[in-house]
Amino acid sequence: MSRIQESVIVRTVVRIMVPFILLFALYVIMHGAGGPGGGFQGGVIFGAGIILYAMIYGIDAGKKKISDALDRILASTGLTIYAGTGLLCIISGGMLLQYGAVPLLPDNPAEVSKYLIDFVEIGIGITVSAVMISLFFDVSSPESEEAEE
Amino acid sequence: MTGFELIATHLPVLAVVLPLIAGFLTPIVGWIDRRLPWYWVILAMFVVLLVTGNNLMTVINSGTIHYKLGGWDPPYGIEYVIDLLNGFVCLIIAFIGLMVAIYSKESLKREVPGKTTPFYSVFLLLITGLMGMTITGDIFNFYVFLEISSLTAYALIAMGDRGDGVVASFNYLIMGTVAASFILLGIGYLYAVTGSLNMADLQDLLPSIYESRVVLAALAFFMVGFSIKVGLFPLHAWLPDAYTHAPSTASAVIAGLMTKVGAYAMIRFMFSVFTPVFVIDMTRMADILAWAAALAIVVGSVLAIAQSDIKRMLAYSSISQIGYILLGIGLVNMIGVQGGLLHILNHALMKCALFLVAGAIFYRTGIRNLYQFQGLGKKMPVTMTVFLIAALSMIGVPGTVGFTSKWYLALGSIAAEHWIFVFIILLSSLLNIVYFWRVFDNIWFGHPHEIEHLQRDEAPLSMLVPMVILAALCVFFGLFAYYPLHYVLEPLSEALLGLGGVP
Repeated sequence: MSRIQESVIVRTVVRIMVPFILLFALYVIMHGAGGPGGGFQGGVIFGAGIILYAMIYGIDAGKKKISDALDRILASTGLTIYAGTGLLCIISGGMLLQYGAVPLLPDNPAEVSKYLIDFVEIGIGITVSAVMISLFFDVSSPESEEAEE
Repeated sequence: MTGFELIATHLPVLAVVLPLIAGFLTPIVGWIDRRLPWYWVILAMFVVLLVTGNNLMTVINSGTIHYKLGGWDPPYGIEYVIDLLNGFVCLIIAFIGLMVAIYSKESLKREVPGKTTPFYSVFLLLITGLMGMTITGDIFNFYVFLEISSLTAYALIAMGDRGDGVVASFNYLIMGTVAASFILLGIGYLYAVTGSLNMADLQDLLPSIYESRVVLAALAFFMVGFSIKVGLFPLHAWLPDAYTHAPSTASAVIAGLMTKVGAYAMIRFMFSVFTPVFVIDMTRMADILAWAAALAIVVGSVLAIAQSDIKRMLAYSSISQIGYILLGIGLVNMIGVQGGLLHILNHALMKCALFLVAGAIFYRTGIRNLYQFQGLGKKMPVTMTVFLIAALSMIGVPGTVGFTSKWYLALGSIAAEHWIFVFIILLSSLLNIVYFWRVFDNIWFGHPHEIEHLQRDEAPLSMLVPMVILAALCVFFGLFAYYPLHYVLEPLSEALLGLGGVP
């Protein structure tokens, strides 16, 4: 526990800020298809929000929010969403990642592309934030290496 | 339309996407049960092997495959192109990957206890990176996959010997990043002058501006970058440490594949991004490559003699073997190029087998110093026979695949009237005998004073099977070199040299 972690001002500001940071991250992810932003940037911001929380409230408190196991599963899930969308395009008769081929709205393939790109961005965002968080936890807690399995 | 026909057009991209998905699902599989990832990796690699095998058959029967990612047309979208060259290399990647995956079970339990799931995850991502580098027809996409394969290789090496592995990985990281920066600079230069990233498109656009200094600089950057990646002699400093201190399984896959794919990339950039005319006549890059390779052959062999750690010895021998591949390419005549390309197959098989044997010895005895190998011929006869066959192939004894490729290289050197290269190939074969004889001597004829009561104690079956298959293939391709040569390498070297690159 360092002095900065005990500071009331810092703790209060972080408690108020973190939800907004996470919300902003979701905004950046969803904005990815139609403007600047995207899954990568949004994922980094989301991860940074959790990391900020863990820095001030302690690693253990952070791990209570997102455990190692959850983190790994999230990292895998995000990429599965991405690759699954690509495979969905193949199954629908298009090329890999040819979003327009998926017959959700038969008369408007461009619209389908837009939504599926959002979907892919969400997958990227989940993976990036999970990897960011796991990197932080891996670097910050050297004792967990021996305990594993 | 059957299910297979439906999926057949997508097989090129599946060779990259399948290991990617499988790699990211590995943590979930390992979370369900810690023993499952081994079966999972074998399943994934087996499917990838079938996919790449089918791709190569399609290319042999009906010509180059083009796959447009996302349905965008080539100069703008990313295109995956499979011709004979990368179909051949992909099949090697998938096959070696499968063999190493089967082998890995027991070895990983011993060498990286508790980290097998992350290991398999990273292993599959390494295969993804190598596949992607090989299949893609877009130079920036190539760079992305290059980074994937490099980063995963750093991670695999760092899992090795405690302390040394991390240092070796860090050295490799610095060298690898420098190499990747050179390659990225080269890509940036080409993009700046042509506005295109597609390989086929670049090959059409570049000849009109070959006089440009920017294009010359790009070629130089590419060649230096790839030379670091393959460990060509003066730029090889990262390689011995990385191969020595990585876990045995990782050494086998990295030594068997990474440098081979680097050599493939060099060929691809020389002959199908630039044209043979530019590389051979205008810049004489091929000559420079041939001489650098000749130097690497001799220096690698000499340094290998000085080593007492078996993995380090094999690593230095890799430096010399890479020299053979690049010498063949640098000769730029039909026979020489065929020899160089055959040596890619040859070296992948035998070097992978040798590293697997080194891993099996370490698994059973914990010894890596080859002067302590006395009596191992009695203790592990099958493993040592594999070692013998692979080493004979490395030396180039008739009946093994090493003989065929060296024979072609020598004929190619004669055809190019570079008699000194013939001499170097013979000299290096003699040096190979010197450094392998020390091992044979200890294994079969050593005086087992301290291990006289030795029992036969063979490596486990899951380790033996892949080693025996690899050794059998060394002999098979030695006796039947006709198949790869006739179906793949002859038309391929014609296409590379004849009409200026691959259609």
